[in-house]
Amino acid sequence: MNIFMHEFKMSIRSVITWSIALFCLIFVFMSMFNAFASDAELLNEMMSQFPEELLMAFGMTNIDMATVLGFYSLIFTFIQICIAIQAANYGFSLVSVEERDMTADFLLAKPVGRTKILTMKGLSAITGLTLTNLIVWASSFVFINVYRDGRPYEIKTLLLLLLSIVMFQFVFMTVGLLISLLVRRIRNVTPYSMGLAFGTYVLNAFGGMLGEEKLELITPFKHFDPNYIINNASFDFPMMFISLSFIIVSIIASYVLYTRRNIPSAV
Amino acid sequence: MSIIEVNHLTKYYGKTKGIEDVSFNVDEGEIFGFIGPNGAGKSTTIRLFCSLIYPTGGSAKIFGKDVVKDGPEIRQEIGYLPSEVFYYDRMKVTDLLKYSASFYNKDCTQRLHELADLMELDLKRRIDDLSYGNKKKVGIVQGLLHQPKLLLLDETTSGLDPLMQQKFFNLIREENKQGATVFFSSHILGEVQKMCNRVAIIKEGNVIKIEDIKTLQKDNYKKISIAATELEETRFHVEGVTNMQKNNGAISFFFKGDINVITRLISERQVSDVTIEEPSLEEIFMHYYE
Repeated sequence: MNIFMHEFKMSIRSVITWSIALFCLIFVFMSMFNAFASDAELLNEMMSQFPEELLMAFGMTNIDMATVLGFYSLIFTFIQICIAIQAANYGFSLVSVEERDMTADFLLAKPVGRTKILTMKGLSAITGLTLTNLIVWASSFVFINVYRDGRPYEIKTLLLLLLSIVMFQFVFMTVGLLISLLVRRIRNVTPYSMGLAFGTYVLNAFGGMLGEEKLELITPFKHFDPNYIINNASFDFPMMFISLSFIIVSIIASYVLYTRRNIPSAV
Repeated sequence: MSIIEVNHLTKYYGKTKGIEDVSFNVDEGEIFGFIGPNGAGKSTTIRLFCSLIYPTGGSAKIFGKDVVKDGPEIRQEIGYLPSEVFYYDRMKVTDLLKYSASFYNKDCTQRLHELADLMELDLKRRIDDLSYGNKKKVGIVQGLLHQPKLLLLDETTSGLDPLMQQKFFNLIREENKQGATVFFSSHILGEVQKMCNRVAIIKEGNVIKIEDIKTLQKDNYKKISIAATELEETRFHVEGVTNMQKNNGAISFFFKGDINVITRLISERQVSDVTIEEPSLEEIFMHYYE
């Protein structure tokens, strides 16, 4: 429990920063909804003028921007990117930061096993991610209802969208953790997490553009495609299982690698 | 009873040798010195004891238990003071020490404050505001606050001023008197000479000698210097003579064997000065490293 509390204290600032950023993102975008929706025809007409590749790149095909969830799905893509960076960040830094800052020598020389250390660190990161998630849920509900101006929306579909965040966070965190354990030392976490988040995002966007469906199979942005969820009012289960298998493999491999890991020394 | 038993312990980092086939025992209540230059494998050995790294071959037992299998249990009673101290920068000293104490199954509060007072450590400051020497003090306090049965010191004194070094040595001696076994790694022979009962000398990953420190100094070698106007070095080319040096007419060398052989050789000549002394540990050490 002491490790959990320590880790949580160390990460709370980052959790708050991300939560505020996502809160602002949802607030600013949703506040523009009314203006967009009242000129819906004009907007949809303008959208149809854009080259289809561009719309695909931003996941904006088959979307009616005049509807609440159609508009929200655009915001949700940005939420997903932020969530992906944050979760990957926590995953990459989970054990690598201690090795970079040389504090691993302190922690691992204490009477506690590696399995417990990894579990506690993992739980702390999940708690942080869940707090951010709760903020996303709350601000989505609040600002949708404040700015929808009486327009209807399917609450079940919104719940599905928000529910997808949990597993989405898990994928990026666990895969990040696994990659961090496969390299000897990570000097700076940010390029790794940005790379993983934007890399998978671009893979999804360009995969859509180029019609390369095989590439899409490995990106969680495809597994939890907001358009699919909105249009079908359901998850894309076969795709979701790919993400689930990533999570399971990453967790098992991380425990195996970490319990056998040689901690690089300072000198 | 042996507190540490090391059997053919080997560690390779990929193809690079860390240590190879290292075997020794450290008995309860001993202050055991572990000397060698940088990169000889001292830290590797200690990091293996703490399970920071895992052996490629052989085994090490502490308190009769295997360091890989029973790591957490063993570490309840180990105090590890690393050569370089790095802590969570944003924490206050007191929070770090409390965090450190929270891992042990006993109340360490009183000892924590005693040690902090003794080392003149300001508990309220933030870690990243501390000087190098002060960080080292934090390292010493966190390593000792749970009154461990075994202390692993990895070149702990580097970066401490002489006054603090003295305090630290007294502290270690005190812990030793209370029953703690001390494993003391260093490349500074003077401090090993002062502190330890036995030493192991490690060179390029292999332990080349384990001996009682007194034996190492006394029974083996004499350092002999002879000053004379006309004296040829070849006269002393007898068995047991090493490190022959000549400067300004004076000859000096190490001798191991029957001292009468040398005194006879000297007495037959006219000499102006003779000294026969015990070599310092430095000189013995250099001898092993040639």
